[in-house]
Amino acid sequence: MVELLAQTGLNALYAASYTALVAVGLVLIFGVMGVINFAHGELFMLGAYAIVAVYADWNLPYLVAVAVGMTFVGIVGLGMERAFFRPLRDNPLGGLVASIGFLMILQALVSMGFGVRMEHVPPVTQDVIVISEKVRLPVFRLAVILAAVVLLASLWAFLKRTRFGWALRASAQDPEAAALQGISINQTARIAMFIGAALAGVAGALTAPLISVNPHMGHSVIVTAFIVIIVGGIGSLEGAVIVAVAYAFVHTFVTTFFDGVIADIVGLLLLLVVLIVKPTGLFGSTDRA
Amino acid sequence: MHSSVTSLAAILGLGAVLLALPHALSFSQQEILVFLTINVLVVASYRLLTLTGEWSLGHVVIMGVGAYASALLSKRLGVYVPVSMLLGAVTAAMVALALSFPLFRMKGFYFLIGSFAAGEIIRLLWKRFRDPFGGPKGIKKIDPMPDFDIGIYAFDFFEPVSYYYLALAVVGVSLWIMWRIERSPVGLTFHAVHWQDRLAEASGVNVRAYRTLAFVLASGFAGLSGALLAHYIGTINPNSFDVEQMVFVLTWTIVGGTATFYGPILGCVVLTILNEIVLREAGFEQMRPLIYGLILILSVLFMPKGLESLVRGALSWQNARKKKVGETQATE
Repeated sequence: MVELLAQTGLNALYAASYTALVAVGLVLIFGVMGVINFAHGELFMLGAYAIVAVYADWNLPYLVAVAVGMTFVGIVGLGMERAFFRPLRDNPLGGLVASIGFLMILQALVSMGFGVRMEHVPPVTQDVIVISEKVRLPVFRLAVILAAVVLLASLWAFLKRTRFGWALRASAQDPEAAALQGISINQTARIAMFIGAALAGVAGALTAPLISVNPHMGHSVIVTAFIVIIVGGIGSLEGAVIVAVAYAFVHTFVTTFFDGVIADIVGLLLLLVVLIVKPTGLFGSTDRA
Repeated sequence: MHSSVTSLAAILGLGAVLLALPHALSFSQQEILVFLTINVLVVASYRLLTLTGEWSLGHVVIMGVGAYASALLSKRLGVYVPVSMLLGAVTAAMVALALSFPLFRMKGFYFLIGSFAAGEIIRLLWKRFRDPFGGPKGIKKIDPMPDFDIGIYAFDFFEPVSYYYLALAVVGVSLWIMWRIERSPVGLTFHAVHWQDRLAEASGVNVRAYRTLAFVLASGFAGLSGALLAHYIGTINPNSFDVEQMVFVLTWTIVGGTATFYGPILGCVVLTILNEIVLREAGFEQMRPLIYGLILILSVLFMPKGLESLVRGALSWQNARKKKVGETQATE
């Protein structure tokens, strides 16, 4: 029993790592631009397909493929900002609807380019750290967890220590006051969108060798991300990380002891309960809602 | 007096065209016409929901509730199909009533996300519980509408034409009811709740009760359209009512514009014709999601009031010209 718990805990930690990357990106975009990016799951999907193309098809090193995926998805994010989030800045619902339209476009383009069938990504490494008879941690999963920690730590350092980070946080708190201080709203929006999209892309790229890559894989990702950011409090980065970890544990344990669909239902019920009881989320401040 | 005669003539003319229409079409076009008729009810009911200012992402799932309920009632309990369709609509309305308690504590995009989550829960329940919902494969071999004869026309529901006439009658009556609701004091209050919710509340209007009413009514009609769909295609599964279908409904509604009753219907008809004639004939059918996505973005960006704003623009231009002509005649 202890071993089963330990193994499930390790699985949960891995799920928490990429969930946190996706959710933090979504929160960053919402914080600076005030819009929910419904296509965020599809950015994750694009990151995974970057691995399919660069690593599996062209046989380039895996780390190169991850870097390509991250940059490419970040650039797609810049394109989204310029094409519809910027013109619809005063119309958050319009931005959301436009991102739903963009989600369809990305799914259709990937289906046309790669086909709708599941893609097989060859494993990067098959080494396993054997902790005990029944508790095993594949090295690749450990690498994903460490990569997520490093990325989140550097994002934190960027936001708290650099001038760009200050500008970003200032425009998230009060766009008008930030603009009066000479901070370019367009520039902070671009930075937020690039980082947010790149985080989703890198999450997809990191997990691609371990999951089934297909054009519709973004759906479950965005559902999870919504649960995390709403429960955590829309706009709270710390909340998103904490809830991503907590939610990954709940979801993994419910999946292990019941089944995956029940775990999804539990998560969505959790989302509804939080929306009813405390719409600002567990870690959100009241004035931002 | 004069205008009511012309509008009556227009309605009769439209009715004659709609009755004659299937006979000018091929078999596969007749099938598309049935889907189009059902979709008109979906978008019109969606507009009823948006009258109070809330946009739901769960409408297609609610439509599915009507479809599942009607399919199960007729298949498992042997309920007569027309009755099971009505009961499907009632079930959808009841589910919406239950959902309204959590959902109407939210507004704006919290409502949007909440309705999305609620819809996903319902779809996951269909997927998880093989008994009675059939799991991921859904329900197959749903009882067809029984044939009947009304003297002047014998309905044979293996023919799309017959089903089209049935759907046309059901959708026509539903649209008429929705139109009457919107013109009634209740409908005017829906508008007030949307545009002046604080003022409406201060004037003693129970804003939440009216939001709930609009949601429940719209969901009932959505459920009816789902039931119509289920007994026509004979197979439904959780993916028949997924986000992609919701995007189609959103696109029709937004492209048409929600300011008038006919806006979303116009959007649905125009885009379906575009889809079936242009895309299918040109062999681009599988690009439909791509093109719908593109149209959705472009219309949010450049035509936020929808197609109906173009029609209204043309009408007001014509009226202005008429007025001008009248004025010059008067001065002469």
